[in-house]
Amino acid sequence: MIEFKLPSLGADMDEGTLLEWHVKPGDTVKRGQVVAVVDTSKAAVDVEIWHDGVVHELRVAVGEKVPVDTVLATLLAPGEVAAAPAAASAAAPEPLAAAATAPVARPTPATQRAPEPDKLSATTRHPVSPAARRRAKELGMDPDTVPGTGAQGSVTLADIEAAAQAAPAPVAAVAPGAAPSPALASDRQKAMRKAIAAAMSRSKREIPHYYLSETIPMTRALDWLQQRNEGLPMPERILTAALLLKAVAAALQRTPELNGFYRDGQFEPSVAVHAGVAISLRGGGLVAPALHDVGAKPLAQLMRELADLVKRARAGSLRSSEMIDPTITITNLGEQSVQSVFGVIYPPQVALVGFGSIDVRPWVEGGKVRARPLLCATLAADHRASDGHRGALFLAELLELLQQPQTLADASNPTPIQPGDTT
Amino acid sequence: MSTDRAALMATVLTLLRAIAPEVEPGTLAPERPLRQQVDLDSMDWLNFLLSLHERFGVSIPESDYAQLVSLNNVVDYLQARLG
Repeated sequence: MIEFKLPSLGADMDEGTLLEWHVKPGDTVKRGQVVAVVDTSKAAVDVEIWHDGVVHELRVAVGEKVPVDTVLATLLAPGEVAAAPAAASAAAPEPLAAAATAPVARPTPATQRAPEPDKLSATTRHPVSPAARRRAKELGMDPDTVPGTGAQGSVTLADIEAAAQAAPAPVAAVAPGAAPSPALASDRQKAMRKAIAAAMSRSKREIPHYYLSETIPMTRALDWLQQRNEGLPMPERILTAALLLKAVAAALQRTPELNGFYRDGQFEPSVAVHAGVAISLRGGGLVAPALHDVGAKPLAQLMRELADLVKRARAGSLRSSEMIDPTITITNLGEQSVQSVFGVIYPPQVALVGFGSIDVRPWVEGGKVRARPLLCATLAADHRASDGHRGALFLAELLELLQQPQTLADASNPTPIQPGDTT
Repeated sequence: MSTDRAALMATVLTLLRAIAPEVEPGTLAPERPLRQQVDLDSMDWLNFLLSLHERFGVSIPESDYAQLVSLNNVVDYLQARLG
């Protein structure tokens, strides 16, 4: 029997509300298939399943809010035969009462479920989310003594932070003159603000950031893009943002220590570049879902996928894999005409690349001052995973690649075979 | 002719609101730069122009983007090409 658990859709997520099931008991599912929709504080996320199998039982009902790691459903592995209900219940660490009330394979209301033993040793304790437990351990606190405000009284990361401050939790400031907005939208706004606050506070507390910047002449890249777009129908035009994503992925091949996760005291490099694209949402807040395998995709495909990702992010319709696996974040604040952005790394990632606006400014070339379109690229990186020298190499490589835009365009970059081979 | 123009403006505003739903058409100054009044990034802008393209069948080359600053510019541009 395979347990399908609610994944953590980002470092800032403690719990989610099940909005919709796309499957029912008896359905055959394939790895990667969207089986449920879960509402996080940021968006309604299509949750994909990571096993082939047959749905056995749905354990969480629509509308229920549950902590991360809760078993949402059980699956039979291909070829596995369902055990008799009584036997299954006996094997599961559930009280007998639950078995007695669930004699047939129909969704068991979550209220009848026993809490999982690793989360709860006595009936008086509340479940603790993994993020909250980790943080409590760092702070030397007992998470079971903290009052929980999450789903089913669970202790969330925010609860731990609040208790650690030993001060009243800050009340969300509401301007007295602010126009009244629909309660739901304002709730989501608050929840998203809280989630961003938790993730960014953790980042600034845990990650020793270092920051570098480089000015990149963009004449060649922009000329090349303009020429390329001139002959193309509108839907096939490529934005500078897509070219920059491609350039970052290509440059990361030389400095793989900027791409991956820092977890449990060590850096785990990622072979593929899943670029977390920071997308601001209308009405406030942001998400940074992954554009998968940027290095391996031709530019035209990347542009189509970027357009689709932005559209779905703004419509609040992202997939769980997009929330979980960005290996680096790329933020582009140039649209608002800022010159440079020094970002806050999204844990457990180890780097963030920032782009400012492309402005025509003075630039010295061959001893003469010229007017040139210039782009300020910045790197915020985790000093536990890399050093400034390597970060500088990354920005230098980025600059070089953007002087040869045609090489970025069509050839998909070969996937780096040995992430450790950097020299 | 003026009713054509008003109808054209209304359609343009509808398409703009599909991209930026928070826009209150009454608050926009049609002669002022649009992107100073509405938060449109380059992806939004491309999508806006794409929707004009789909609705009116007018292809807008990138070299013409510089002409399309205000809502009036956009309507003038469309009117000239729809003749």
